[in-house]
Amino acid sequence: MIELDGAGVTFAGSQAPVLRGIDLVVPEGELALVVGRTGSGKTTLLRTVNGLVPHFSGGTLHGRVVVAGRDTRTHRPRDLADVVGHVGQDPLAGFVTDTVEDELAYGMESLGLPADVMRRRVEETLDLLGLADLRASPLADLSAGQQQRVAIGSVLTTHPRILVLDEPTSALDPLAAEEVLATLQRLVHDLGLTVLLAEHRLERVVQYADQVVLLTASGGAVHGAPADVLRDSPVAPPVVELGRVAGWDPLPLTVRDARRQSGPLRATLADLQPPAPSATGRETAGACRDLVVRYGRVAAVQGVSTQVAAGEVVALMGRNGAGKSTLLKTFVGLQRPAAGSVTVGGLEPHRLRPSALVRQVGMVPQVPSDLLYSSTVGRECEQADRDAGVAAGTTLDLFRRLSPGIPLDQHPRDLSEGQRLTLALSVVLAARPPLILLDEPTRGLDYTAKHRLVEILRDLTSAEGGGHAVLLATHDVELVAEVATRVLVMADGELVADGPTAQVVVSSPAFAPQVAKVLAPQPWLTPTEVAVALAGVVAP
Amino acid sequence: MRPQHLPTFPRALHPGAWWLWAVCLAAAAGRTQNPVPLLLVLAVTAVVVAARRSAAPWARSYGAFLKLALVLIVIRIAFQALLSTGAQGPTVLFTLPSLPMPASSGLKLGGDVSLEAVLRAFYEGLQLAVILCCVGAANALGSARRLLRYVPGALYEVGVACVVALTFAPQLVSDAARVRAAHRLRGHDGAGLGALKRLAMPVLEGALERSVDLAAAMDARGYGRTTDAARVSRRVTGLLVVGGLLVLCVGVYGLLDDTATGPLGAPSLVVGAAAIGVGLRVGSRRTGRTRYRPDPWALPEWLVTGCGVVAAAAVLVDVHLHPADFFLASVTDVPPVPLLACLGILVGLLPAFLAPPPPLPVGEPPERRRSDVREKTEVAG
Repeated sequence: MIELDGAGVTFAGSQAPVLRGIDLVVPEGELALVVGRTGSGKTTLLRTVNGLVPHFSGGTLHGRVVVAGRDTRTHRPRDLADVVGHVGQDPLAGFVTDTVEDELAYGMESLGLPADVMRRRVEETLDLLGLADLRASPLADLSAGQQQRVAIGSVLTTHPRILVLDEPTSALDPLAAEEVLATLQRLVHDLGLTVLLAEHRLERVVQYADQVVLLTASGGAVHGAPADVLRDSPVAPPVVELGRVAGWDPLPLTVRDARRQSGPLRATLADLQPPAPSATGRETAGACRDLVVRYGRVAAVQGVSTQVAAGEVVALMGRNGAGKSTLLKTFVGLQRPAAGSVTVGGLEPHRLRPSALVRQVGMVPQVPSDLLYSSTVGRECEQADRDAGVAAGTTLDLFRRLSPGIPLDQHPRDLSEGQRLTLALSVVLAARPPLILLDEPTRGLDYTAKHRLVEILRDLTSAEGGGHAVLLATHDVELVAEVATRVLVMADGELVADGPTAQVVVSSPAFAPQVAKVLAPQPWLTPTEVAVALAGVVAP
Repeated sequence: MRPQHLPTFPRALHPGAWWLWAVCLAAAAGRTQNPVPLLLVLAVTAVVVAARRSAAPWARSYGAFLKLALVLIVIRIAFQALLSTGAQGPTVLFTLPSLPMPASSGLKLGGDVSLEAVLRAFYEGLQLAVILCCVGAANALGSARRLLRYVPGALYEVGVACVVALTFAPQLVSDAARVRAAHRLRGHDGAGLGALKRLAMPVLEGALERSVDLAAAMDARGYGRTTDAARVSRRVTGLLVVGGLLVLCVGVYGLLDDTATGPLGAPSLVVGAAAIGVGLRVGSRRTGRTRYRPDPWALPEWLVTGCGVVAAAAVLVDVHLHPADFFLASVTDVPPVPLLACLGILVGLLPAFLAPPPPLPVGEPPERRRSDVREKTEVAG
């Protein structure tokens, strides 16, 4: 169905090709998963399949890409619209119309299908994706998961034989992601659609894949059955890492497989204790009591009381729209409490002048580039020194420590997601606020960048690193398992759980990390913990 | 009788009908500065909007237009009171401290403020405000975006550009709010020229990136696939339509402004309309696009449009018969009630009953859905 024959892509102005010499065949009805580090060319590979590279993006395409018998050299993206459905990274950015029904019909209108066919297909697609109740809703009002499903539906109506999806679940909470993936699973199994999918969060999708395409740093690709490719892959979900630690063969890809092989491991681990969370300081960096925040008549946060102590990493979880971002915004004074109190370092954030506020609390927003506006990394750091009123070079030193080896004259927009996050974090850290807030820090980060973030956060909270307190809102259960000492779960603006990580996440079906699911009821959370404990057994 | 002809069958009325009705009412308001018919037009739009608006977000836009209209009146009165030159009447209300200006400039700052000047300004401001409310009513009842779906095939590209612009404007505003909030996180209080530069950079970069994303998505979904016609035919179509539109505008201006004479007015109107007609006909032959579920143009559409036309015609005829009733010689007199015009405008109220009721949204009750929306956008922002 999709054939790449020695395909390579070089963009104008760059020396090295993004992709080179890729030979890949995706047969009809397969779900192929594209994995690789950030910036390894996943998006570029997906875009060659429907001709956006090179027709839309520019650059040079070497080799041949043939899709359903059509060569992309001679077919523009619009000429492939009836065989390839392409869903980009941000569904909202790809919407042309403003209601669900019109969006589903847009592609068919462009192809000039007759009215009765369009009507029938829209109805079928609404049912297939469970969108019938939302047919007249404005697209901007939908939740992120619903928007993703509409984006998939909008390309399905032209009856493509291939579906190409770029990180369809990266912005979704675990349950919404399940919903979208279940839909995809259904499309592959019931309609025989060929799916090419790029995703960072392998733990969510790898069990559905028939083939994994691993893009290497040099621009080449390794492909094969998931278990074979992931054996040596630098990116691997926790369940695979656990399999590597325990030396299982065949390598498990799902919690179920791993659970079935884990009997001996559980017996070994039964006598061992996971490392106790390090003791935290008593000093409170931020606190709220009976906090209520309202938007008009809607209470986004209802009566939340909690505090964050120095040296703690507190994870804030909950589905999209549960009030996580609002709580963070209240801590930095972007929202005023309607009732109750919120304090950072004993002061009320919404009454502080911005220049005084940055000494008490710093936040990296969901889109880190909002914080950045200079044209080079070097100037950004100098500006941050001036903003924070600290000695010249402070921010740069921080950035060098977090992300070494980046040329100072690079534009912040050209950095990778992870590097941009560390730059924004350095800017925030320049004023040395005792409390640091992070909103969805792992969006778009690969496993390596995530490990780096975990190290950075551990360093920041340690006594040597300054003993900062960290509060992070996230959907990423694996990150929480790695780094958090305490977890807060919010639902409908209320706090429904507040306790040590192991206690809160192990029993939860939605928020438990894979290792916890495999080894339950034992409270192990990450492959590293298990590896360290096993090494302790073998060594003496 | 098929269901779409029934005024009681719930469905969304064709947006074109609402816009025609509103344009007729606006034309009626444009011919008079008598507050009686003007306020009547305002009341008619308000009642019809209250009776027939849907639960969609744009249906709440009438309130915004009304507020804008009030601001407009206040500004008009303030400027008249402060700056008017010779238009002050004999009834002095109060005297403001005045600033001497050179007599040659013809300007006056402050000084006496008379009742006549304030009333005159109020009436003139009211006329503009009522026209604005007519546009607001049209937008609330049949959103401009829905109307753009009915742009003829020849103008399809222009229509798409308008739709994209309509989407981007609110997104720019929410982006700007987000970036401003981020500035606070960097310790800026957001004042001065530097702040504007820091705001503009990320917002514009974001907008540019989004445009490129949208263009890629449209290309991938087949945009422009069927519209590759000969260059010449495209040029001819464009020239005919744009030229015709210009001539048509001149014609409408001539018709509504009675000081204009000669070929302005009816002849231009006919020539312009003909050119547009030919252009659209030639142009629509080249598009291979189809339209999904077009709203039917049935009896209620004719009735609603008809009501608007009756209102406009009644006012135009009455202005012709009794011009003194519509442009008051002395603003301090109690304004007369032009009977024919008022009756005509009241016919414009009938769509509150003749238009089909909007269908209720599926699923949750409208109250709940709206509040969710607000919370979500705020949280996301």
